[in-house]
Amino acid sequence: MKTTFERPESLQDVVTHYCPGCTHGVIHRLVAESLDELGLRERTVGVAPVGCSVLAYNYFNTDFLESPHGRAPALATGFKRLRPDMIVFTYQGDGDLASIGMAEIVHAANRGEKFTTIFVNNAIYGMTGGQMAPTTMPGQITTTCPFGRDVAQTGMPIRMCELLSSLMTPLYLERVAVHSPMHIIQAKKAIKRAFQYQAEGRCFSLVEVLSTCPTNWGLTPSSATEWVKQNLEPYYPIKRFKTPDNSGAD
Amino acid sequence: MAKILMKGNEAIAEAALRAGANNYFCYPITPQTEVAEYLSKRMPEVGGVFLQAESEVAVGNMLYGASATGKRVFSTSSSPGISLMQEAISYIAGAQLPVVLINIMRGGPGLGGILPAQSDYFQATKGGGHGDYRVLVLAPSTIQEAVDLTMLAFHLADKYRNPVMLIGDGMIGQMMEPVEFPETYKESPLPEKTWAATGAKGRRPLIIKSLFLDPVALENNNIQLFKKYEQMKSEEVRYELYKVKPDNQILIVSYGTMARICQTAIDELEGDGVSVGLFRPISLFPYPEKELKAEVDRANIKTVLTIEMSMGQMLEDVEKAVCGAKPVKFFGRTGGIVPSPEEVKEQILRLVTTASGKGLPTRRGGETWIS
Ligand SMILES: Cc1ncc(C[n+]2csc(CCOP(=O)(O)OP(=O)(O)O)c2C)c(N)n1
Ligand code: SF4
Repeated sequence: MKTTFERPESLQDVVTHYCPGCTHGVIHRLVAESLDELGLRERTVGVAPVGCSVLAYNYFNTDFLESPHGRAPALATGFKRLRPDMIVFTYQGDGDLASIGMAEIVHAANRGEKFTTIFVNNAIYGMTGGQMAPTTMPGQITTTCPFGRDVAQTGMPIRMCELLSSLMTPLYLERVAVHSPMHIIQAKKAIKRAFQYQAEGRCFSLVEVLSTCPTNWGLTPSSATEWVKQNLEPYYPIKRFKTPDNSGAD
Repeated sequence: MAKILMKGNEAIAEAALRAGANNYFCYPITPQTEVAEYLSKRMPEVGGVFLQAESEVAVGNMLYGASATGKRVFSTSSSPGISLMQEAISYIAGAQLPVVLINIMRGGPGLGGILPAQSDYFQATKGGGHGDYRVLVLAPSTIQEAVDLTMLAFHLADKYRNPVMLIGDGMIGQMMEPVEFPETYKESPLPEKTWAATGAKGRRPLIIKSLFLDPVALENNNIQLFKKYEQMKSEEVRYELYKVKPDNQILIVSYGTMARICQTAIDELEGDGVSVGLFRPISLFPYPEKELKAEVDRANIKTVLTIEMSMGQMLEDVEKAVCGAKPVKFFGRTGGIVPSPEEVKEQILRLVTTASGKGLPTRRGGETWIS
């Protein structure tokens, strides 16, 4: 019988700790497939964040560094500057990247560090039990905004791709989602493209992936994907913001 | 090689390069910014990496990432900047990576001032960041020694896979002295860096981390770390004696720039017939506890006098080492004031008169004090 679906070589054969219905796992797979297809696994080093994906290093079959909360872009910068021949990626949640690590990502992007950032936006702090993130939607209930996010107190959710798009240097910015097969196929293309650009030594790239957190959203896996469609997608449009070939928004 | 006249900060920068550390990340802060300025020119010449980061928080973490390649990396900063690096230092110690940090201290707390101080002793030697870890700390008192210890620092960082911190002060950074760089820097062989992340080609993936969610694993990790610190205690204690003689009644304990000023005071007092010796710790962690105790235990020593450019931080290690065997007195200036040899002499003479029974003024928190 012909094998049609296998575990990518860039993933380890281990049991996941992610909650049922969490799309962190899907995103891991897309990263791993991209590394496999581009033949990059053996010269890749990932940088794990602090958040639910802190244990990403248990899943990828590549070298890995574990970073302090938000600092993955600084670690990646240090590593990549000394080993420009290697492929470096950071894998960061929205609390990690858009809150505590805001300075590190903005400056790494602005310097045009030639690594790839996979930015997993689930609009909440997953690991610490569902607190408000800078990406939490207006009115969304979390454990630290039990009456719903009040934008008069906390501002509007931060759109990282839009924010980074205002910088001249970062050249590949795309927002994708993984809540339907069609979205997953698009997301895969974006992630692969980001690694391709890095392999060609071209630019800093960030792929923002709208993800789910059924556990802390208090939803079933299927209603969580619906929630992404209803609530996140309109505010966080799926879009290619910049590519090195077309540095303006398309 | 002939001696050349160099500013301390530049000499430290050059020493690091000659120790094979051509990877430097920085953020400007007085009184050490010349290191960055110097290396921004020198690094391109040696094909090294020079990067001015957005903050010391980023610098610390860039060092973390960069040292994971196995190459020699370092940064220099001053007190408030080193505070911001503490997050990374804790992680680097936890992940067991070699990194060299140089703190050209200025007066604190807070924004403090920009003049020389020794008030980061606690931070350097007792932690600074969170968790059960230690940093190997070296304190030069001349620019030549700053050169030699900078080179040694990289060796020790590799030997122990641990952060090594050199602490000097604004004086060490800013003054000029003739220095000599060794023609070739020889050091004992180091183990191969099999822990460096180089890509999982033909081997299992390698993880550099400090996370151990299982408490037993974390405890085991910390016990391993502490074995390393115990090894430092047996192999890396460094100190110097100055004019330590059998007839000394007073033994001064002082380090860095302050120790040098004490030497001048001791020289001048010698001419006046007052015999005082100096014990100068060079390694602040590991602290030369046993060695100090042995000197203090000599019969003629009546009093130990700790002198620092702080409110008395090393004092606690001296008291611990002396362990009540002899009275320990303290003199210090803080806020960026460097005591003159005359002030030191005055304190010593007061102590001498007291030893002969005239009563000792106890004044802490004033301009100068002995307690
Ligand atoms: C310095 C520091 N502050 C806070 C924490 C606690 N912490 C762990 S994970 C996390 C939030 C992570 O959220 P996010 O990045 O959105 O990732 P997710 O868990 O949702 O995937 C926080 C605040 C920490 N580990 N370190
Ligand atoms: S808490 Fe949320 S983000 Fe974390 S694994 Fe569970 S579902 Fe995923």
